[in-house]
Amino acid sequence: MYIVVVGGGKVGFYLAKELVEANHEVLVIERDPAKCAEIAEVLGEIAMRGDGCEAAIQERAGVGRADLLLAVTGEDEDNLVACQVARHVFQLPRTVARINNPKNELIFRKLGIDSTVSATTAIMAHIEQELPTHPLISLLTLRHGFEIVEVKIPEDAAVVGRALKDVVLPHQSLVWGIVDAEGNPKAPTADTVLHAGDEVVAVTLQESEEALRAAFTGPPPERSF
Amino acid sequence: MKAIIMGCGRAGSQLAITLDRDGHDVTILDINAYQFTRFLPESFGGHTITGNGIDQDVLRRAGIEEADAFVAVTAGDNRNVMAAQIARHIFGVERVVCRIYDPIREQMYHRLGLRTISPTREWARLLKEALEAEETQPVASHEGGGQMGAAP
Repeated sequence: MYIVVVGGGKVGFYLAKELVEANHEVLVIERDPAKCAEIAEVLGEIAMRGDGCEAAIQERAGVGRADLLLAVTGEDEDNLVACQVARHVFQLPRTVARINNPKNELIFRKLGIDSTVSATTAIMAHIEQELPTHPLISLLTLRHGFEIVEVKIPEDAAVVGRALKDVVLPHQSLVWGIVDAEGNPKAPTADTVLHAGDEVVAVTLQESEEALRAAFTGPPPERSF
Repeated sequence: MKAIIMGCGRAGSQLAITLDRDGHDVTILDINAYQFTRFLPESFGGHTITGNGIDQDVLRRAGIEEADAFVAVTAGDNRNVMAAQIARHIFGVERVVCRIYDPIREQMYHRLGLRTISPTREWARLLKEALEAEETQPVASHEGGGQMGAAP
């Protein structure tokens, strides 16, 4: 694959290194001549000096024939523009953006950049995983607004003792697996009965996260129907 | 109207002062609070908020959910473009104008439906007009100091 990396800082450098080792054709666009020289010294002539947000620079970098563009500068706005230029000027559908502020994920998605990576989000997910009380953990963000989450069923949840088919899931959500309290994974069926301490692994839309959490952790209603 | 201006430089402050004087509800943002004392007079009646306009929480604090207009005039093209798109696509602000120095980038975002202004292109046009006017006018009329008229 031909992969263009915008931003030759720490993230860009190690990405390029890994990609070169995996035998991909790589070009790094970097504004700072000193960083370009460093990259060239270690990885060979794969660094191009310039502003990766400029269409003229992307043209010289051959973004038109690239398979993938990775925008990994330290600034969310620069990564957004680099991806938009690649998409709209060079019709490159596959772009990945690094973001710092997790709240920016929404605007990237609305503008068609489905693939974003946020160190902040990744570290938060780690923290959440270390906190046993946290009922819902986001494990992985997928394209098209989906994500894989894990929900732990608490003792007092309404779903304890019920079959999976009786749980009302939010729109476009799917249970993929259950790890029971003893740590045994199982592939669930409609008749699988849920227990307190079960960890439910599901795919859901990001906006349905709360509804999914409520479905598995909510207390029983006052009045049954 | 309620207007939010991002970037309190010369252009942003000038616009804020004018809109405030015309009786509009103005909030101006800048990451550097010093810009407010530098460019806004004591008589400025609008609000000032220190913060980054590409941060949705800062925009909310500035009242973007009730804003009728948003103008992005920081020194950074990309920051302007991103903030303008957040204002438009996340908060649904009706009138969004964004300054982009780079004329190529400006054209692309114009095609994507943003209301954009490229000072580079405007200046080049005005300078060219001034030069061409000079050719036809006698040099004696020069005293006024190059009247070029306001940008549209």
